[in-house]
Amino acid sequence: MVKLPIYMDNHATTPLDPRVLEAMMPYLTDQFGNAASRNHKFGWEAEEAVEEARKQLAALIGADAREIVITSGATESDNLAVKGVAWMYREKGNHIITAVTEHKAILDTCKHLEKEGFRVTFLPVDNRGFVDLDDLRKAITDKTILISVMTANNEVGVIQDIKAIGKIARERGVLFHTDAVQAVGKVPFNVNEMNVDIASLSAHKFYGPKGVGALYVRRRNPRVLLTPIIDGGGHERGMRSGTLNVPGIVGFGKAAQIAREEMPKESAEMFRLREKLRTTLEKELDEIYINGDLQKRLPGNLNMSFAYVEGESLLMGINDVAVSSGSACTSASLEPSYVLKALGVGEDLAHTSIRFGIGRFNTEEEVDYVAGRVIEVVRRLRELSPLYEMAKEGIDLKSVHWATEA
Amino acid sequence: MAYSDKVIDHYNNPRNVGSLSKEDPNVGTGLVGAPECGDVMKLQIKVNEESGVIEDAKFKTFGCGSAIASSSLATEWVKGKTLAEALAIKNTDIVKELSLPPVKIHCSVLAEDAIKAAVTDWKKKHENGE
Repeated sequence: MVKLPIYMDNHATTPLDPRVLEAMMPYLTDQFGNAASRNHKFGWEAEEAVEEARKQLAALIGADAREIVITSGATESDNLAVKGVAWMYREKGNHIITAVTEHKAILDTCKHLEKEGFRVTFLPVDNRGFVDLDDLRKAITDKTILISVMTANNEVGVIQDIKAIGKIARERGVLFHTDAVQAVGKVPFNVNEMNVDIASLSAHKFYGPKGVGALYVRRRNPRVLLTPIIDGGGHERGMRSGTLNVPGIVGFGKAAQIAREEMPKESAEMFRLREKLRTTLEKELDEIYINGDLQKRLPGNLNMSFAYVEGESLLMGINDVAVSSGSACTSASLEPSYVLKALGVGEDLAHTSIRFGIGRFNTEEEVDYVAGRVIEVVRRLRELSPLYEMAKEGIDLKSVHWATEA
Repeated sequence: MAYSDKVIDHYNNPRNVGSLSKEDPNVGTGLVGAPECGDVMKLQIKVNEESGVIEDAKFKTFGCGSAIASSSLATEWVKGKTLAEALAIKNTDIVKELSLPPVKIHCSVLAEDAIKAAVTDWKKKHENGE
Protein backbone atom coordinates (compact mmCIF):
# COMPACT_ATOMS: atom_id res chain seq x y z
CA MET A 1 0.00 0.00 0.00
CA VAL A 2 1.19 3.49 -0.76
CA LYS A 3 1.47 6.02 2.01
CA LEU A 4 -0.98 8.92 1.63
CA PRO A 5 -0.99 11.76 0.89
CA ILE A 6 1.42 11.55 -2.04
CA TYR A 7 3.61 14.56 -2.80
CA MET A 8 4.00 15.06 -6.56
CA ASP A 9 4.51 18.82 -6.73
CA ASN A 10 8.29 18.86 -6.86
CA HIS A 11 8.48 22.06 -8.96
CA ALA A 12 6.97 23.99 -6.07
CA THR A 13 9.45 22.61 -3.58
CA THR A 14 11.18 19.34 -2.78
CA PRO A 15 11.47 17.53 0.54
CA LEU A 16 14.77 17.87 2.37
CA ASP A 17 17.02 14.89 1.68
CA PRO A 18 17.84 13.21 5.03
CA ARG A 19 21.54 13.29 4.09
CA VAL A 20 21.27 17.06 3.71
CA LEU A 21 19.66 17.44 7.11
CA GLU A 22 22.42 15.34 8.63
CA ALA A 23 25.08 17.60 7.12
CA MET A 24 23.27 20.68 8.42
CA MET A 25 22.68 19.52 11.99
CA PRO A 26 26.08 20.43 13.49
CA TYR A 27 25.66 23.98 12.16
CA LEU A 28 22.23 24.28 13.73
CA THR A 29 23.63 23.22 17.10
CA ASP A 30 27.25 23.38 18.34
CA GLN A 31 28.89 25.01 15.32
CA PHE A 32 26.79 28.14 15.28
CA GLY A 33 29.51 30.64 14.46
CA ASN A 34 29.23 33.64 12.19
CA ALA A 35 31.23 33.01 9.04
CA ALA A 36 32.34 36.65 9.13
CA SER A 37 33.95 36.32 12.59
CA ARG A 38 37.64 36.33 11.73
CA ASN A 39 39.24 35.98 15.15
CA HIS A 40 37.96 32.78 16.77
CA LYS A 41 37.35 29.11 16.12
CA PHE A 42 33.57 29.44 15.84
CA GLY A 43 33.92 31.84 12.97
CA TRP A 44 36.67 29.86 11.25
CA GLU A 45 34.61 26.66 11.35
CA ALA A 46 31.62 28.43 9.88
CA GLU A 47 33.69 30.05 7.16
CA GLU A 48 35.33 26.76 6.29
CA ALA A 49 31.93 25.06 6.02
CA VAL A 50 30.65 27.84 3.75
CA GLU A 51 33.70 27.62 1.51
CA GLU A 52 33.29 23.86 1.19
CA ALA A 53 29.64 24.35 0.19
CA ARG A 54 30.67 26.99 -2.34
CA LYS A 55 33.02 24.44 -3.94
CA GLN A 56 30.26 21.83 -4.06
CA LEU A 57 27.91 24.32 -5.71
CA ALA A 58 30.56 25.46 -8.18
CA ALA A 59 31.33 21.85 -9.11
CA LEU A 60 27.67 21.19 -9.93
CA ILE A 61 27.57 23.98 -12.52
CA GLY A 62 31.18 23.95 -13.74
CA ALA A 63 32.07 27.24 -12.07
CA ASP A 64 34.81 28.52 -9.77
CA ALA A 65 33.89 28.71 -6.07
CA ARG A 66 34.69 32.44 -6.07
CA GLU A 67 31.90 32.97 -8.60
CA ILE A 68 29.15 31.84 -6.22
CA VAL A 69 27.24 34.61 -4.40
CA ILE A 70 24.96 33.29 -1.69
CA THR A 71 21.44 34.77 -1.43
CA SER A 72 18.20 34.01 0.36
CA GLY A 73 16.70 32.19 -2.59
CA ALA A 74 15.78 32.37 -6.23
CA THR A 75 13.65 35.50 -6.06
CA GLU A 76 16.51 37.45 -4.53
CA SER A 77 18.95 35.94 -7.03
CA ASP A 78 16.76 36.99 -9.95
CA ASN A 79 16.35 40.49 -8.51
CA LEU A 80 20.07 40.85 -7.91
CA ALA A 81 20.92 39.61 -11.40
CA VAL A 82 18.55 41.86 -13.30
CA LYS A 83 18.63 45.00 -11.14
CA GLY A 84 22.33 44.50 -10.42
CA VAL A 85 23.21 44.50 -14.12
CA ALA A 86 20.73 47.25 -14.98
CA TRP A 87 22.04 49.62 -12.33
CA MET A 88 25.72 48.79 -12.93
CA TYR A 89 25.61 49.16 -16.72
CA ARG A 90 23.02 51.91 -17.14
CA GLU A 91 25.64 54.19 -18.68
CA LYS A 92 26.18 51.59 -21.36
CA GLY A 93 22.55 51.04 -22.21
CA ASN A 94 19.02 50.77 -20.96
CA HIS A 95 17.62 47.79 -22.83
CA ILE A 96 16.86 44.34 -21.38
CA ILE A 97 15.54 41.30 -23.23
CA THR A 98 13.59 38.55 -21.53
CA ALA A 99 10.74 36.16 -22.36
CA VAL A 100 7.04 36.11 -21.53
CA THR A 101 7.20 32.71 -19.84
CA GLU A 102 9.75 33.76 -17.20
CA HIS A 103 9.07 33.46 -13.50
CA LYS A 104 7.38 36.46 -11.86
CA ALA A 105 10.64 37.23 -10.07
CA ILE A 106 12.07 38.18 -13.47
CA LEU A 107 8.95 39.66 -15.07
CA ASP A 108 8.06 41.88 -12.13
CA THR A 109 11.68 42.97 -11.68
CA CYS A 110 11.73 43.98 -15.35
CA LYS A 111 8.46 45.86 -14.94
CA HIS A 112 9.94 47.65 -11.96
CA LEU A 113 12.93 48.68 -14.10
CA GLU A 114 10.62 49.93 -16.86
CA LYS A 115 9.30 52.45 -14.37
CA GLU A 116 12.89 53.59 -13.82
CA GLY A 117 13.24 54.27 -17.52
CA PHE A 118 14.66 50.98 -18.76
CA ARG A 119 13.22 49.47 -21.89
CA VAL A 120 12.33 45.78 -21.79
CA THR A 121 11.56 43.41 -24.66
CA PHE A 122 9.43 40.47 -23.62
CA LEU A 123 10.03 37.84 -26.30
CA PRO A 124 7.11 35.56 -27.21
CA VAL A 125 7.46 31.78 -27.27
CA ASP A 126 6.15 29.27 -29.82
CA ASN A 127 3.47 26.73 -28.99
CA ARG A 128 6.08 24.30 -27.68
CA GLY A 129 7.41 26.96 -25.30
CA PHE A 130 10.61 28.01 -27.06
CA VAL A 131 12.05 31.45 -27.67
CA ASP A 132 12.83 31.97 -31.36
CA LEU A 133 16.56 32.64 -31.79
CA ASP A 134 15.97 34.95 -34.74
CA ASP A 135 13.53 36.98 -32.67
CA LEU A 136 16.25 37.24 -30.05
CA ARG A 137 18.90 38.34 -32.56
CA LYS A 138 16.57 40.97 -33.99
CA ALA A 139 15.70 42.31 -30.55
CA ILE A 140 19.30 43.10 -29.64
CA THR A 141 20.28 46.75 -30.07
CA ASP A 142 23.33 48.88 -29.19
CA LYS A 143 21.55 49.69 -25.96
CA THR A 144 21.00 46.07 -24.88
CA ILE A 145 22.83 45.28 -21.65
CA LEU A 146 21.19 42.04 -20.56
CA ILE A 147 19.41 38.98 -21.89
CA SER A 148 17.58 36.94 -19.26
CA VAL A 149 16.00 33.65 -20.36
CA MET A 150 15.23 30.81 -17.99
CA THR A 151 16.75 27.38 -18.49
CA ALA A 152 13.73 25.23 -17.59
CA ASN A 153 10.22 26.52 -17.10
CA ASN A 154 8.58 25.96 -13.74
CA GLU A 155 5.16 25.13 -15.18
CA VAL A 156 5.73 23.19 -18.37
CA GLY A 157 9.34 22.07 -17.76
CA VAL A 158 10.45 23.13 -21.24
CA ILE A 159 14.22 23.55 -21.53
CA GLN A 160 15.41 26.44 -23.71
CA ASP A 161 18.45 26.20 -25.97
CA ILE A 162 20.61 28.00 -23.42
CA LYS A 163 23.87 27.25 -25.20
CA ALA A 164 22.64 28.91 -28.41
CA ILE A 165 21.18 31.90 -26.56
CA GLY A 166 24.44 32.30 -24.65
CA LYS A 167 26.40 32.18 -27.88
CA ILE A 168 24.28 34.93 -29.42
CA ALA A 169 24.71 37.07 -26.30
CA ARG A 170 28.46 36.49 -26.29
CA GLU A 171 28.80 37.40 -29.98
CA ARG A 172 26.89 40.63 -29.44
CA GLY A 173 28.70 41.52 -26.23
CA VAL A 174 25.55 41.36 -24.12
CA LEU A 175 25.51 39.80 -20.65
CA PHE A 176 23.41 36.65 -20.33
CA HIS A 177 21.51 35.65 -17.20
CA THR A 178 19.50 32.48 -16.82
CA ASP A 179 17.10 31.51 -14.06
CA ALA A 180 18.32 27.91 -13.75
CA VAL A 181 16.34 27.15 -10.62
CA GLN A 182 14.29 24.27 -12.03
CA ALA A 183 17.09 22.84 -14.17
CA VAL A 184 20.08 22.71 -11.85
CA GLY A 185 20.38 19.36 -10.13
CA LYS A 186 17.94 17.78 -12.58
CA VAL A 187 19.68 18.07 -15.96
CA PRO A 188 23.31 18.81 -16.88
CA PHE A 189 24.08 22.51 -16.54
CA ASN A 190 27.52 24.00 -17.18
CA VAL A 191 28.09 27.74 -17.22
CA ASN A 192 31.09 27.54 -19.55
CA GLU A 193 29.69 25.08 -22.07
CA MET A 194 26.45 27.08 -22.14
CA ASN A 195 28.00 30.58 -22.31
CA VAL A 196 26.18 31.71 -19.18
CA ASP A 197 27.37 34.86 -17.37
CA ILE A 198 24.93 34.91 -14.45
CA ALA A 199 22.69 32.11 -13.15
CA SER A 200 20.10 31.86 -10.37
CA LEU A 201 19.98 28.75 -8.18
CA SER A 202 17.77 27.67 -5.30
CA ALA A 203 18.47 24.98 -2.68
CA HIS A 204 14.94 23.83 -1.99
CA LYS A 205 14.30 22.89 -5.60
CA PHE A 206 16.82 20.07 -5.35
CA TYR A 207 16.28 18.60 -1.89
CA GLY A 208 18.08 21.31 0.06
CA PRO A 209 16.58 23.67 2.65
CA LYS A 210 14.33 26.66 1.95
CA GLY A 211 15.62 30.19 2.41
CA VAL A 212 18.94 29.81 0.62
CA GLY A 213 19.92 30.34 -2.98
CA ALA A 214 22.84 31.51 -5.04
CA LEU A 215 23.78 33.64 -7.97
CA TYR A 216 26.59 32.51 -10.22
CA VAL A 217 28.46 35.65 -11.32
CA ARG A 218 31.19 35.18 -13.94
CA ARG A 219 34.62 36.48 -12.92
CA ARG A 220 36.38 36.52 -16.28
CA ASN A 221 35.65 36.61 -20.01
CA PRO A 222 33.69 38.71 -19.28
CA ARG A 223 34.01 39.87 -15.70
CA VAL A 224 30.51 40.70 -14.49
CA LEU A 225 29.93 43.49 -11.99
CA LEU A 226 26.68 43.96 -10.14
CA THR A 227 25.32 46.85 -8.12
CA PRO A 228 24.09 45.33 -4.85
CA ILE A 229 20.41 45.55 -4.01
CA ILE A 230 21.08 45.12 -0.28
CA ASP A 231 23.58 47.41 1.44
CA GLY A 232 25.49 46.54 4.56
CA GLY A 233 28.62 44.78 5.73
CA GLY A 234 29.98 44.00 2.30
CA HIS A 235 29.66 40.22 2.44
CA GLU A 236 29.88 38.11 -0.71
CA ARG A 237 32.44 40.33 -2.46
CA GLY A 238 30.25 43.33 -1.77
CA MET A 239 27.44 41.98 -3.90
CA ARG A 240 25.21 40.73 -1.12
CA SER A 241 25.51 41.97 2.44
CA GLY A 242 24.04 40.03 5.32
CA THR A 243 25.22 37.37 7.77
CA LEU A 244 25.47 34.07 5.97
CA ASN A 245 22.89 31.37 6.67
CA VAL A 246 25.58 28.81 7.49
CA PRO A 247 23.41 25.71 8.10
CA GLY A 248 21.36 26.52 5.01
CA ILE A 249 24.47 26.96 2.90
CA VAL A 250 25.98 23.71 4.19
CA GLY A 251 22.74 21.94 3.24
CA PHE A 252 22.75 23.67 -0.16
CA GLY A 253 26.30 22.40 -0.78
CA LYS A 254 25.46 18.87 0.32
CA ALA A 255 22.37 18.86 -1.90
CA ALA A 256 24.56 19.98 -4.82
CA GLN A 257 27.06 17.21 -4.16
CA ILE A 258 24.32 14.56 -4.06
CA ALA A 259 22.70 15.93 -7.21
CA ARG A 260 26.00 15.88 -9.08
CA GLU A 261 26.75 12.30 -8.09
CA GLU A 262 23.27 10.91 -8.62
CA MET A 263 21.92 12.95 -11.51
CA PRO A 264 22.49 10.49 -14.38
CA LYS A 265 20.75 7.63 -12.60
CA GLU A 266 18.13 9.81 -10.99
CA SER A 267 17.07 11.71 -14.09
CA ALA A 268 16.72 8.45 -16.01
CA GLU A 269 14.42 7.16 -13.29
CA MET A 270 12.38 10.39 -13.21
CA PHE A 271 11.99 10.11 -16.96
CA ARG A 272 10.88 6.49 -16.75
CA LEU A 273 8.24 7.31 -14.12
CA ARG A 274 7.06 10.41 -15.99
CA GLU A 275 6.65 8.42 -19.18
CA LYS A 276 4.76 5.70 -17.34
CA LEU A 277 2.37 8.30 -15.95
CA ARG A 278 1.92 9.93 -19.34
CA THR A 279 1.37 6.74 -21.32
CA THR A 280 -1.01 5.30 -18.72
CA LEU A 281 -3.16 8.44 -18.79
CA GLU A 282 -3.07 8.62 -22.57
CA LYS A 283 -4.12 5.00 -22.90
CA GLU A 284 -7.11 5.38 -20.58
CA LEU A 285 -8.41 8.88 -21.32
CA ASP A 286 -9.34 10.64 -24.54
CA GLU A 287 -8.90 14.35 -25.24
CA ILE A 288 -5.95 14.99 -22.98
CA TYR A 289 -3.22 17.30 -24.20
CA ILE A 290 0.39 17.80 -23.21
CA ASN A 291 1.35 21.42 -22.67
CA GLY A 292 4.83 22.32 -23.89
CA ASP A 293 7.38 20.35 -25.84
CA LEU A 294 7.68 16.73 -24.76
CA GLN A 295 11.28 16.17 -25.86
CA LYS A 296 13.25 19.13 -24.45
CA ARG A 297 11.71 18.96 -21.04
CA LEU A 298 12.60 18.30 -17.42
CA PRO A 299 12.47 14.53 -16.88
CA GLY A 300 10.07 14.77 -13.92
CA ASN A 301 7.62 17.26 -15.46
CA LEU A 302 4.24 16.46 -16.93
CA ASN A 303 1.81 19.29 -17.63
CA MET A 304 -1.45 18.12 -19.13
CA SER A 305 -4.87 19.50 -19.94
CA PHE A 306 -7.85 17.23 -19.34
CA ALA A 307 -10.49 18.72 -21.64
CA TYR A 308 -13.95 19.39 -20.13
CA VAL A 309 -12.73 18.94 -16.54
CA GLU A 310 -11.93 22.09 -14.56
CA GLY A 311 -8.54 21.84 -12.83
CA GLU A 312 -9.54 22.78 -9.32
CA SER A 313 -12.38 20.28 -9.27
CA LEU A 314 -9.92 17.63 -10.44
CA LEU A 315 -7.52 18.56 -7.63
CA MET A 316 -10.41 18.30 -5.19
CA GLY A 317 -11.16 14.80 -6.44
CA ILE A 318 -7.59 13.62 -6.04
CA ASN A 319 -7.22 15.24 -2.66
CA ASP A 320 -4.77 12.63 -1.40
CA VAL A 321 -2.32 13.64 -4.14
CA ALA A 322 -0.45 16.96 -4.07
CA VAL A 323 -0.10 18.41 -7.57
CA SER A 324 -0.95 21.84 -8.95
CA SER A 325 -3.18 23.34 -11.61
CA GLY A 326 -2.99 26.18 -14.13
CA SER A 327 -6.66 26.86 -13.55
CA ALA A 328 -7.67 30.36 -12.56
CA CYS A 329 -9.54 29.06 -9.58
CA THR A 330 -6.33 27.90 -7.95
CA SER A 331 -4.57 31.24 -8.28
CA ALA A 332 -5.02 34.38 -6.27
CA SER A 333 -5.39 36.47 -9.44
CA LEU A 334 -8.32 34.44 -10.85
CA GLU A 335 -6.47 34.45 -14.17
CA PRO A 336 -5.42 31.17 -15.73
CA SER A 337 -1.71 30.49 -16.15
CA TYR A 338 0.11 33.17 -18.18
CA VAL A 339 2.66 30.56 -19.22
CA LEU A 340 0.05 28.35 -20.85
CA LYS A 341 -1.49 31.42 -22.45
CA ALA A 342 1.90 32.34 -23.91
CA LEU A 343 2.14 28.87 -25.42
CA GLY A 344 -1.16 29.52 -27.17
CA VAL A 345 -3.13 27.11 -24.98
CA GLY A 346 -6.72 28.38 -25.06
CA GLU A 347 -8.19 29.62 -21.80
CA ASP A 348 -10.71 26.79 -21.89
CA LEU A 349 -7.89 24.22 -21.84
CA ALA A 350 -5.73 26.25 -19.45
CA HIS A 351 -8.51 25.87 -16.89
CA THR A 352 -8.21 22.10 -17.20
CA SER A 353 -4.43 21.81 -16.75
CA ILE A 354 -2.60 19.86 -14.09
CA ARG A 355 1.15 19.95 -13.39
CA PHE A 356 2.71 16.76 -12.08
CA GLY A 357 6.23 17.14 -10.69
CA ILE A 358 7.90 13.80 -10.06
CA GLY A 359 10.86 13.89 -7.71
CA ARG A 360 13.62 11.85 -6.09
CA PHE A 361 11.38 10.27 -3.48
CA ASN A 362 8.44 9.28 -5.67
CA THR A 363 8.03 5.56 -6.30
CA GLU A 364 6.52 3.58 -9.12
CA GLU A 365 3.68 2.51 -6.81
CA GLU A 366 2.89 6.17 -6.22
CA VAL A 367 2.86 6.90 -9.95
CA ASP A 368 0.47 3.98 -10.50
CA TYR A 369 -1.77 5.20 -7.70
CA VAL A 370 -1.82 8.78 -9.02
CA ALA A 371 -2.59 7.62 -12.56
CA GLY A 372 -5.45 5.48 -11.27
CA ARG A 373 -6.95 8.27 -9.22
CA VAL A 374 -6.70 10.81 -12.04
CA ILE A 375 -8.36 8.43 -14.51
CA GLU A 376 -11.18 7.70 -12.07
CA VAL A 377 -11.83 11.34 -11.18
CA VAL A 378 -11.57 12.64 -14.76
CA ARG A 379 -14.15 10.06 -15.86
CA ARG A 380 -16.45 10.96 -13.00
CA LEU A 381 -16.18 14.70 -13.63
CA ARG A 382 -16.71 14.27 -17.34
CA GLU A 383 -20.00 12.56 -16.58
CA LEU A 384 -20.80 15.73 -14.67
CA SER A 385 -19.55 18.07 -17.39
CA PRO A 386 -22.05 19.73 -19.74
CA LEU A 387 -19.14 20.45 -22.10
CA TYR A 388 -18.23 16.79 -22.41
CA GLU A 389 -21.87 15.96 -23.12
CA MET A 390 -22.10 18.67 -25.77
CA ALA A 391 -18.82 17.58 -27.37
CA LYS A 392 -20.06 13.98 -27.51
CA GLU A 393 -23.29 15.21 -29.16
CA GLY A 394 -21.08 16.70 -31.85
CA ILE A 395 -21.57 20.32 -30.86
CA ASP A 396 -18.57 22.52 -31.68
CA LEU A 397 -18.00 24.32 -28.39
CA LYS A 398 -16.21 27.13 -30.18
CA SER A 399 -19.38 27.90 -32.16
CA VAL A 400 -21.57 28.19 -29.06
CA HIS A 401 -22.49 31.72 -28.10
CA TRP A 402 -21.54 31.80 -24.43
CA ALA A 403 -22.96 34.38 -22.11
CA THR A 404 -19.68 35.60 -20.69
CA GLU A 405 -20.92 38.48 -18.60
CA ALA A 406 -21.26 36.25 -15.51
CA MET B 1 -8.14 26.62 0.27
CA ALA B 2 -10.30 24.65 2.67
CA TYR B 3 -13.76 23.70 1.52
CA SER B 4 -16.78 23.59 3.80
CA ASP B 5 -18.22 20.18 4.65
CA LYS B 6 -21.34 20.96 2.64
CA VAL B 7 -19.32 21.81 -0.48
CA ILE B 8 -17.37 18.57 -0.09
CA ASP B 9 -20.58 16.62 0.38
CA HIS B 10 -22.17 18.04 -2.78
CA TYR B 11 -18.92 17.48 -4.68
CA ASN B 12 -18.66 13.86 -3.58
CA ASN B 13 -22.39 13.12 -3.85
CA PRO B 14 -23.81 15.59 -6.34
CA ARG B 15 -27.62 15.58 -6.36
CA ASN B 16 -29.67 15.35 -9.54
CA VAL B 17 -26.87 14.93 -12.03
CA GLY B 18 -28.01 14.32 -15.57
CA SER B 19 -30.02 15.68 -18.45
CA LEU B 20 -33.66 16.04 -19.35
CA SER B 21 -34.79 16.13 -22.96
CA LYS B 22 -34.40 19.65 -24.31
CA GLU B 23 -37.19 18.90 -26.77
CA ASP B 24 -39.74 18.17 -24.05
CA PRO B 25 -42.12 21.16 -23.95
CA ASN B 26 -42.26 20.98 -20.18
CA VAL B 27 -38.50 21.19 -19.79
CA GLY B 28 -36.69 24.49 -19.40
CA THR B 29 -32.93 24.54 -19.96
CA GLY B 30 -30.47 27.11 -18.66
CA LEU B 31 -26.87 27.08 -19.90
CA VAL B 32 -24.72 29.78 -18.33
CA GLY B 33 -21.03 30.63 -18.00
CA ALA B 34 -18.27 30.01 -20.54
CA PRO B 35 -15.44 27.50 -20.90
CA GLU B 36 -12.91 30.38 -21.07
CA CYS B 37 -14.05 31.53 -17.65
CA GLY B 38 -13.69 28.08 -16.16
CA ASP B 39 -17.37 27.66 -15.27
CA VAL B 40 -20.29 26.34 -17.30
CA MET B 41 -23.55 25.25 -15.69
CA LYS B 42 -26.45 23.51 -17.34
CA LEU B 43 -29.57 23.42 -15.19
CA GLN B 44 -32.84 21.94 -16.36
CA ILE B 45 -36.28 21.99 -14.80
CA LYS B 46 -39.36 19.94 -15.62
CA VAL B 47 -42.53 21.85 -14.83
CA ASN B 48 -45.99 20.41 -14.22
CA GLU B 49 -48.19 22.29 -16.63
CA GLU B 50 -51.24 22.25 -14.43
CA SER B 51 -49.79 23.07 -11.03
CA GLY B 52 -46.84 25.13 -12.29
CA VAL B 53 -44.63 23.28 -9.86
CA ILE B 54 -41.09 22.15 -10.71
CA GLU B 55 -41.32 18.36 -10.56
CA ASP B 56 -37.78 17.50 -11.48
CA ALA B 57 -34.45 19.22 -11.92
CA LYS B 58 -31.12 18.07 -13.31
CA PHE B 59 -27.72 19.67 -13.71
CA LYS B 60 -24.29 19.23 -15.19
CA THR B 61 -21.45 21.58 -14.32
CA PHE B 62 -17.94 22.23 -15.57
CA GLY B 63 -16.23 24.19 -12.83
CA CYS B 64 -14.58 24.10 -9.46
CA GLY B 65 -15.97 22.25 -6.45
CA SER B 66 -17.91 25.29 -5.32
CA ALA B 67 -19.54 25.64 -8.74
CA ILE B 68 -20.54 21.98 -8.69
CA ALA B 69 -21.91 22.33 -5.16
CA SER B 70 -23.82 25.54 -5.97
CA SER B 71 -25.59 23.99 -8.92
CA SER B 72 -26.24 20.71 -7.11
CA LEU B 73 -27.82 22.67 -4.26
CA ALA B 74 -29.85 24.76 -6.72
CA THR B 75 -31.46 21.63 -8.19
CA GLU B 76 -32.36 20.43 -4.70
CA TRP B 77 -33.92 23.76 -3.83
CA VAL B 78 -35.98 24.31 -6.97
CA LYS B 79 -37.65 20.91 -6.83
CA GLY B 80 -41.20 21.19 -5.51
CA LYS B 81 -41.22 24.97 -5.89
CA THR B 82 -43.35 27.04 -8.21
CA LEU B 83 -41.55 29.09 -10.85
CA ALA B 84 -42.07 32.24 -8.81
CA GLU B 85 -40.62 30.60 -5.72
CA ALA B 86 -37.65 29.30 -7.70
CA LEU B 87 -36.98 32.78 -9.06
CA ALA B 88 -36.91 34.07 -5.50
CA ILE B 89 -33.80 31.99 -4.69
CA LYS B 90 -30.92 34.41 -4.24
CA ASN B 91 -27.24 33.72 -4.69
CA THR B 92 -26.66 34.96 -1.15
CA ASP B 93 -28.83 32.07 0.12
CA ILE B 94 -26.47 29.67 -1.64
CA VAL B 95 -23.40 31.46 -0.26
CA LYS B 96 -24.81 31.13 3.24
CA GLU B 97 -25.85 27.50 2.94
CA LEU B 98 -22.47 26.40 1.51
CA SER B 99 -20.31 28.87 3.49
CA LEU B 100 -18.64 30.00 0.27
CA PRO B 101 -15.59 32.27 0.66
CA PRO B 102 -15.58 35.65 -1.17
CA VAL B 103 -13.57 34.35 -4.16
CA LYS B 104 -16.28 31.75 -4.77
CA ILE B 105 -19.30 34.06 -4.71
CA HIS B 106 -19.34 34.09 -8.51
CA CYS B 107 -20.22 30.37 -8.38
CA SER B 108 -23.41 31.17 -6.49
CA VAL B 109 -24.22 34.01 -8.89
CA LEU B 110 -23.88 31.60 -11.77
CA ALA B 111 -26.22 29.12 -10.07
CA GLU B 112 -28.84 31.86 -9.60
CA ASP B 113 -28.40 32.80 -13.27
CA ALA B 114 -28.84 29.15 -14.26
CA ILE B 115 -32.19 28.95 -12.43
CA LYS B 116 -33.36 32.17 -14.09
CA ALA B 117 -32.21 30.99 -17.52
CA ALA B 118 -34.04 27.67 -17.12
CA VAL B 119 -37.27 29.42 -16.09
CA THR B 120 -36.95 31.90 -18.96
CA ASP B 121 -36.47 29.03 -21.41
CA TRP B 122 -39.55 27.26 -20.11
CA LYS B 123 -41.64 30.41 -20.32
CA LYS B 124 -40.44 31.09 -23.84
CA LYS B 125 -41.54 27.61 -24.94
CA HIS B 126 -44.97 28.25 -23.48
CA GLU B 127 -45.47 31.72 -24.95
CA ASN B 128 -44.79 30.31 -28.40
CA GLY B 129 -46.71 27.11 -27.91
CA GLU B 130 -49.99 28.47 -26.62
